[in-house]
This record gives sequence, C-alpha cells and structure tokens, in this order.
Amino acid sequence: MTNYDIVIIGGGPAGLAAAVSAYDAGTRSILILERDTQLGGILNQCIHNGFGLHTFHEELTGPEYADRFVRQVLDREIVYKLSTMVMDISGQKIVTAMNREDGLFEIQAKSIILAMGCRERSRGALNIPGYRPAGIYSAGTAQRLVNMEGFMPGRRVVILGSGDIGLIMARRMTLEGAKVLVVAELMPYSGGLKRNIVQCLNDFDIPLKLSHTVVDIEGKERVSGITLAEVDSGCKPIPGTEEHYDCDTLLLSCGLIPENELSREMGVSLNPVTNGPVVNESLETNIPGVFAAGNVLHVHDLVDFVSEEAAAAGRNASAYVSEGGFEAARHEVPIVCEGGPRYTVPGTIDPAHMPDRLTVRFRVGSVIKNHFVSVYFGDKQVLHRKRPVMAPGEMEELYLSKKMFDERPGLDKITIRIEEA
Amino acid sequence: MYDIVIIGAGVTGCSVARELSRYKAKVCVVEKCEDVCCGTSKANSAIVHAGYDAAAGSLMAKLNVEGNRLMGSLSEELDFSFRRNGSLVVCMSEADMPGLNRLYQNGLENGVERLRILSQEELRAMEPNISPDAVAALYAPTGGIVCPFGLTIALAENAYTNGVEFKFDTEVSGLSPTAGGWSIETNRGRIETKYAVNAAGVYADVFHNMVSAKKIHITPRRGDYCLLDKSTGGFVEKTIFQLPGRYGKGVLVSPTVHGNLIVGPTAIDIEDREGTNTTAGGINELIGKAGATVRNLPIRQVITSFAGLRAHEDGHEFIIGEAEDAPRFIDCAGIESPGLSSAPAIGIMVGNLLRDRLRLGPNPDFSGKRKGVLNPKTLSKEEHTKLIQEHPAYGNIICRCENVTEGEILDAIHRPLGAKSLDGVKRRIRAGMGRCQAGFCSPRTLEILARELNLPQGEITKCGGASRLIVGTIKDRV
Repeated sequence: MTNYDIVIIGGGPAGLAAAVSAYDAGTRSILILERDTQLGGILNQCIHNGFGLHTFHEELTGPEYADRFVRQVLDREIVYKLSTMVMDISGQKIVTAMNREDGLFEIQAKSIILAMGCRERSRGALNIPGYRPAGIYSAGTAQRLVNMEGFMPGRRVVILGSGDIGLIMARRMTLEGAKVLVVAELMPYSGGLKRNIVQCLNDFDIPLKLSHTVVDIEGKERVSGITLAEVDSGCKPIPGTEEHYDCDTLLLSCGLIPENELSREMGVSLNPVTNGPVVNESLETNIPGVFAAGNVLHVHDLVDFVSEEAAAAGRNASAYVSEGGFEAARHEVPIVCEGGPRYTVPGTIDPAHMPDRLTVRFRVGSVIKNHFVSVYFGDKQVLHRKRPVMAPGEMEELYLSKKMFDERPGLDKITIRIEEA
Repeated sequence: MYDIVIIGAGVTGCSVARELSRYKAKVCVVEKCEDVCCGTSKANSAIVHAGYDAAAGSLMAKLNVEGNRLMGSLSEELDFSFRRNGSLVVCMSEADMPGLNRLYQNGLENGVERLRILSQEELRAMEPNISPDAVAALYAPTGGIVCPFGLTIALAENAYTNGVEFKFDTEVSGLSPTAGGWSIETNRGRIETKYAVNAAGVYADVFHNMVSAKKIHITPRRGDYCLLDKSTGGFVEKTIFQLPGRYGKGVLVSPTVHGNLIVGPTAIDIEDREGTNTTAGGINELIGKAGATVRNLPIRQVITSFAGLRAHEDGHEFIIGEAEDAPRFIDCAGIESPGLSSAPAIGIMVGNLLRDRLRLGPNPDFSGKRKGVLNPKTLSKEEHTKLIQEHPAYGNIICRCENVTEGEILDAIHRPLGAKSLDGVKRRIRAGMGRCQAGFCSPRTLEILARELNLPQGEITKCGGASRLIVGTIKDRV
C-alpha cells in the first residue's frame, strides 16, 4: 500500500483547484485520481466560452479554463493517475482504485478531498412515459458526442429542461446543422442562467415553453415524435393542452445529481436537499479529514465558484495534514434557513476555524423578487442586502467575516432569512 | 431441410432449443429481432414463482412447480443469476383470510413444498418494512428471483454451442404445409422443416391461426414496472405480493438478483403487440398501488420505468403440444406468467415430444455446461489482480454505475451469439443499467462495439433495426 497526505478523488475543475491550493499551502504529497482519459473533467466537452470571468477576468472556453489549472498542476509536478476508477474508500481513508496498468491497488491517505462532480438526471428517473427508442440523450451525453466525438445524435431536436447544458446544447445543435424545435421546462421559470436563455435560445429564435413537460415519447426503434403538454401549478399535465412534435431526438437537461455513491458507502452524511455531503466551514464532512468541493458538494452554475470553493477545501486539507488533524472539541454554530433558501454550504460554522472572510452559498426554491437577504446572529441582524431577483437557477452567495463572530462570542445560531423590506 | 424450426428466441424458444440440442437433429431458431430475449422475456417481474397460484390440475401449475424445482440446478449448469429468496403473499385484511387459506390449499395441491401461513408477528420479524396493516402472509420458501436475460441468453448460448442455428432479423410471414412438414416464409426467404415450434410470445396466436381452424386468441397484457436504485435493494428480502382482495390486485415489490428493487406490474389489456410504451396512467397507478404492502417505499429512487407484454390467452392456460388439425406444428402459446418460471419444464416437455416423434438419438457432442461472462467482482483480490495483468481491459471501467469493465464488454461481444447492439451489451453485462442509465458509458460502449464489430459508429444501434444512435457527423448538412 502506498501513502499520500492528500488523495483527491476526481481530476475535474474541483479536483485540480484543490490540488493546486493544497500544494501552495505547503503539502507536497498529493495524488489526483481521475476516471477519464484526461484531466479537466466535463470542461473538456464544454467548448463554448464564458468560463473564467471571475477567476481570470476573461472569457475562456471550457478546455482553456481546464488547461489553466492543468498547467498549474503540471508545474507543481503533482502526481495524478488517469483512467483510474476509485472502487471504494474506507472510513480509515484507504482508497481502493483500479486501472489497466496498476490493476487493483490501495492507497492510505491522511486526508481525502471528494471532487467527483455530478451526473445528469436520466429519463428513467423522470418517469417520462412512452417508448424507449434510440434518440433519447441527456444533454451532456449529446454534448460529448458532438464536441468530442464529432457525431450528430439527431437532426430534429426537442429539449426537455432548461438547465444550462440543455440551453448550451440548443445552440450547439443548431450551429451543427440540427433543427431545435422547442425547449420545454416543467417549472414556471428557467433552470438555467439568464445569459444562456438570451444567447442560446433568443438569439436563435428557439422557443422556450415554461410550465410544459413531455407526456409521451413515440417511436419503437428511433424517436419519431414527442408530445408536450402544459402543466398546472402542481406540475401535473393539463388535459387538452397536448402538442405533438415530429422529431428524432429528445435531449434532457433536467437537473444534476452529485455523485456521492463513494461518499455514502464510506459513511459521509449527506444533505437530502443538495444530495451532497453535510460540511462545516472548512468544507469538512462528518468524517474528520474528508473534505468535499465542487459539484459533488452542491451543483454550481459557474465553474469559477467551483474552483474557488475547491481551493478552500485544498487549503483546509493541507492545514488538517500539517496540524495532524483538527482538534476534536469544536464549537459549531448551525446556519438555519428561513423564508426561501433551501440549504446553505457550509451548514455550520466554527468561528475558531473560519478564514477571515467566509463565503456562504445557497439557492432559493422559487423566483423571489424585490426582497432582502438578511443574516441574523441570534436575534441581531448583522447583514441586510436588497436583491431585485433571486431564482433557483442562480446560486446566491454572501460573506461573513471573522470579525463579525469575534464581536459575538458564544453565538449559538445563525439565521439566513429572505424578507420583505 | 431442418428437422425443427423454432419461431421465437424468447425464453421458451431458447429453452426448447437447448433441450433439442441434446439430440442429433438439425434445429434452427428464427427471431424477428436482432438478438435473443427481445420481447416478453426481457420485460417482466423476473420472478421464479413457487407455484401456489395456478389452478390445481392445470398444465400451468404442473410446469410452474417443475420449472421452479429445475431452476437451481439449471442456474449452476448454465451460470446465470438465480436466488431462492422466498416469496410472501401478504393479506391486508382479516376479511380476506379465507382467500389466503385457499391459496395455501391450492399450493399444497400443486405440490409446492414448505408452504406455510405466517402470523402478523412472524411476518414482521421476517420483513421489518412490511405494512403495519398486513395481517398475515403465505410464505413460500421455494420462490425465487432470476435474471431473465441471463437465463434466456444462457439457454441460447448453450443451444448454439451444441449445434442449434440461430437466424436473427428473420421475420416469419407465412406457413404452408408440405409433404414432409412446413414451408416457412420469412423476409429472408423460405425455410423448409419437418416440425415447426410456435414460441412466438404475443404473436403465437397469429401463427397458430395461420395453420389451424381451431382459433386461439392472445391479448397483449401490458405491465408497467419501476426499477429502483441499488441503494434500495435491501428494502425487502423476499418477493412481496399482495393477496388479491378487497383492496384490489396490488403489485409486487421484490429485490432483483442484481440488488435493485423492482415494483410492478400493472395489467392493462391492449391491442398493439409491440405496445411496450409506458403511460402516465400506468405509472401513476403503479406508484399508487406499490406502497400498499410495505411502508415508506423509496419510490423516489426510481432509475427507470419500462413496460412488458404478457401473452394472455383467453383460457389463461399454457397451450403446449401439437395443434389438433395441423400435424407437426407444435404450439407453445399463451405463455404468460408463470412462463419464465416454467421455461425449463416447457423446454423438456417439448423436447421429449419431438425426440419421440422424430426418434432423435442423443447428440454425442452435447455439453450442458456453459460458462457465463466472467464477472471480476466475484474474484478474490489476487485473482482479480492477475486477471488485469493478463488482460488489462479488465482494469478499464466503462460503466461507472455498475462498474463494468472493457474486458466484460469484449467478452459480451465476442462470445457465442454475442452482443451486436447497446442493449445487447446491457442485457449481457449490465453496462448502462445503473443509476445514470448509460449517460456516461453509451458513447464509450458505442465506440467499443464499432471497433470490435468493424463497423462505422453510425451503424451501431440501440436494439437493432432503425435504432441507430447517431445520425451523421457534425456540420455534415451545414
């Protein structure tokens, strides 16, 4: 069995940023395990631009953004293994992995950073009725086929779900010669970023039908058509509103699910709202020394924030290793959500362990206009900020400083509340 | 001229084919799809029924009990997944207890072994997640679960290696009597045979009625199912049926041999013999009923839903044997549940009939043993490491959800009657059957299939015919 101080599960944007920051914080013994044939994760198939505005203040494509981090990993000579599948992680931080060259092998880690990313919700999980022909793809699978393999998965396309990948693929398929007939969204609002609605749908005259869903898939061998229907406020199809579309392809962009099978099996507690680990201010899970960052923790909209979050996880893992573990007795202050936020990351804060400025990220469950985001320490309002629009498709963030905590020793509850003026 | 042509490569046709491969005979299976196990055999509850259900004295009852007894040894000979997990028929109301007792008596008459009625306490102790409303249950320890693809494919492979021919993408359109048997018309030309075996599932009445004046009628009875994530596989240990009673017929909840949980089926009579589409009504009915016998069914963990068709004959009885007015035409019709459970016994019954009729001698080269696809997960760590050293493809995971390696995919493609499509690979080794439903692995499996079959990727299909996965290259029409 080999030993590493930090083993990072996943070599996508989260894993790369975590590795670089852990190195820069002083840890030298770092291993990245990546299941694909190259570093960079899903960024490699995201050939559109718009990445890196926050991190690099320029617009990069996905592969370019990944390359910036890959270079940093290479410059630091951080060890990584490609085409390597992690099969199991024990509660004692023994990682069992497999690849063609090494076969089955075990690594003892002092600290582990979970950075496995997420997968797309499938047709099956959505219970869409109809046949099961060829021509039904998740948007990301279609993106891989088009952008990495050069294949067209279809010619006449209907897209269900207005998640960002679906919006991006509406444009991509159009540019590659397909006809995208419509994007349907179950909810009364889009699941994607506003800029993607404008740049990927409006600019190409692709209609977006909110409060609509697919109620039938036709075609016994290849998709030959689908039926859309409007849904009521309970998301149930309204009889009589059915519209038929002749098409050969249905793309699905109906949500992303953090890939936490390894985490669950090793005993990491998961948050049922995010499907990601429950973490504290250090992005540490309930298992000491096991950290999580990026889409495996909660699904992000922008890779820039994935990198930022993962860098924090990398720094914290490095501190954990150099300190020989964090002390056991800790004062964890829970964050409670009221009036709109569905969850927060982190879920608890230990003032003694937080950095000078801590980012708290959350999402709301519905579109909320002209409200305030307030933070209360106990009963005392410590932050109050107007937000013209908040939507489930756009992650919110706020910052808490160590100083705010220093002024209130013994704090036992933080409340994040969405409220009217 | 064949001795025997079997129409249909479902579990019944393949079981008959495997039995016939014991004898010196020229046997051919014709199948309209691109692979075995493409119809009723691929979409059902995957249950090996104990045999208490079918009417005492019926052929269905006899073959079910026999088939159940044979399944254990057959699974060892042919290396497919089968587990005798036991089944429970749960009674939800005191008023329905006479029905439970009748079922018990019927089971005793059918010769089902070790049947007994469990009290509420015994039932709860056995299945902690059983509904608190359950009052008693009939427990059949001989009930089991099987991989229906595994069973059918194993039978077909073994038949093939013992000399049976298989013709795929071959659709029968007509049968006419000849001096010595039958001339079978297909989309790929005529096939002459002495005997024809009708194992055509939901189409069995069509072929029967072509040759016989004594008409039979099969209704495709659709069953919708939901399959749940492996994290829920331990929700129940036994197969849980609901006793038909004042709360309706109910649906079953069962673990699968692969560790998922299956819920279903509905029973909706339709006309389209290819109507395997799920409907919102069917799925909603299923979800509504599924929670009755158990508590807090994790139905939100569904990873896929599908529908299968039972070949329901009006008389609800297996029709097996020579058609009265059509000599040398052997029916295996009306093979609905418990058809999968009965398949080994049906094979023997029809095999013996044809052996006697054609006076077939033993096939000296017959070997009843078949080794399935090597599953590295069953190996010790040392064996596993050695395997990867010798065959590095076994170190390369393609399907992340089910941890299926490239080595297994190569085996599935290159073995006898190997996979030619994405679904063919999936049914043999489960690549794409997990929680992401082939989102990650389908482009890679597509690539491997094209490489190994020496075909362009555009020719690779999901399930044969026109089910191509890609339609061209980017910008080819810009």
